[in-house]
Amino acid sequence: MRLAIVGAGAVGRAVAELAGDYGHTVVGIADSTGAALGDPLDVAAVLERKGETGSVGDDDHEALLGTDYDALVEATPTTLGDAEPGYSNAVAALERDRHVVLANKGPVAERYDDLRAVTRESEAELRFEATVGGAIPAVRTVEDFGPSRVERVRGVLNGTANFVLSRMAAEGLSYDHVLAEAQELGVAEADPTFDVDGTDAALKGVIVANVLREARGQEALTLDDAAVEGIQNLPVSALSLAAEDGRTVRLIAEASPDGVRVGPRLVPENGTMAVTGTQNIVGIETEHAGRLNISGRGAGGPETASAVLSDVGRLPPD
Amino acid sequence: MSHADGVRTHTLRLELDDEPGELAAALDPIAEGGGNLLSVFHERGSRTPGGRIPVEVALDCPTERFDEIIAGLREQGVTVVAADEEFYGEAIRVLLTGHLVDTDLSETLREIERASTVAVEELSLTAPDGVDAVSSAYLRLGARSGEREEALAQVREIADEKGLTVVEPLEAGR
Repeated sequence: MRLAIVGAGAVGRAVAELAGDYGHTVVGIADSTGAALGDPLDVAAVLERKGETGSVGDDDHEALLGTDYDALVEATPTTLGDAEPGYSNAVAALERDRHVVLANKGPVAERYDDLRAVTRESEAELRFEATVGGAIPAVRTVEDFGPSRVERVRGVLNGTANFVLSRMAAEGLSYDHVLAEAQELGVAEADPTFDVDGTDAALKGVIVANVLREARGQEALTLDDAAVEGIQNLPVSALSLAAEDGRTVRLIAEASPDGVRVGPRLVPENGTMAVTGTQNIVGIETEHAGRLNISGRGAGGPETASAVLSDVGRLPPD
Repeated sequence: MSHADGVRTHTLRLELDDEPGELAAALDPIAEGGGNLLSVFHERGSRTPGGRIPVEVALDCPTERFDEIIAGLREQGVTVVAADEEFYGEAIRVLLTGHLVDTDLSETLREIERASTVAVEELSLTAPDGVDAVSSAYLRLGARSGEREEALAQVREIADEKGLTVVEPLEAGR
């Protein structure tokens, strides 16, 4: 497939670098300053230029969106509310009957029904595996079971928060100390607000809930519909008390057709939900087959890119 | 700390020999001890490594009678593996954090007991930075079967009024 990539952060870059391995051709990439086109695009040269000058190229975004590609990979930063520019990028591609693969959570968390309406009018497909759980095939597994047969999905969906909680519990270190350490290690971003206040996990929960609700003919939710609590106020003493009773705390996201809830929860220390470090876990509770747990890397450039490229692989060939 | 009537839900894990009449023999001492049998659970086909049958029993009884019931079971030759473990989720573990002492922790606990059928069975408190700072409490609450969600909602509400943070347990999934 011929891929156009919008967004040249960790995920967009990794998609560009790995696309060839998966048998695809990159024909354009855009960042916030401009775009580079080519048939095929010299990915290495463009990324080198980005490293040196901060910009992938001098072409404009319209040129990229209008170029000849089969699938648009939308990997711009997630934004809340109107989910722009990700939403309009996706719509521009769908209106040209070009497939869209999202790594950006905004369009499917905040404007799911709008985007689905545009997709129905298009001959192309929309996929968004990379928006939930990084490398973990969460959305696809729900789809494979049939979303109407999935009753609830729960899990650890934010690696930064999980790193902080598991380090605090294991080492008896304070929240601030561990967060600073996570930033040094690159596990937490310079502004980790959305990771620790539950927003990021909630967006993923909303996306899953939207898939479950769509299958039941219910309207989509947005972040505003989710009940969200973060881990910022959790003292290390609370974790020590829980440990005395063989329990620990994890930031758990729960998504069902009835809604989304994210917050710190007590779980058995050796239970399936108590993954450590930056690991994520998704537990899919099904009508006929009990619970299926999938754990793995929930973030990172190559990890998320692998989910994007799996989605690309599932698109119908021309 | 218990209900006005002193009746609480208890759980027992028993192991029975695979012989006719074993289950009836195991349940007699419960009725004789004044216990109200709520459920008997045995997973079909489940066996201990020694070939015995594990059975989980939930019952309501006055707390002071519970030990007599356990003694009665043992007299009958029934193996009582565990009593009052968290098989059915009646025991709810909750973390409370915030200015627990400033907001009068014992009053908070009394409110929780007043507002619901929950009994505070166990409490651990830690205030590493002194009583004026943020502290944490770990509670083991006893709730009757089927009243878990209601009990947690009450705890949430009371904590909310006092500006405390509650970390609720994640109940077992399917």
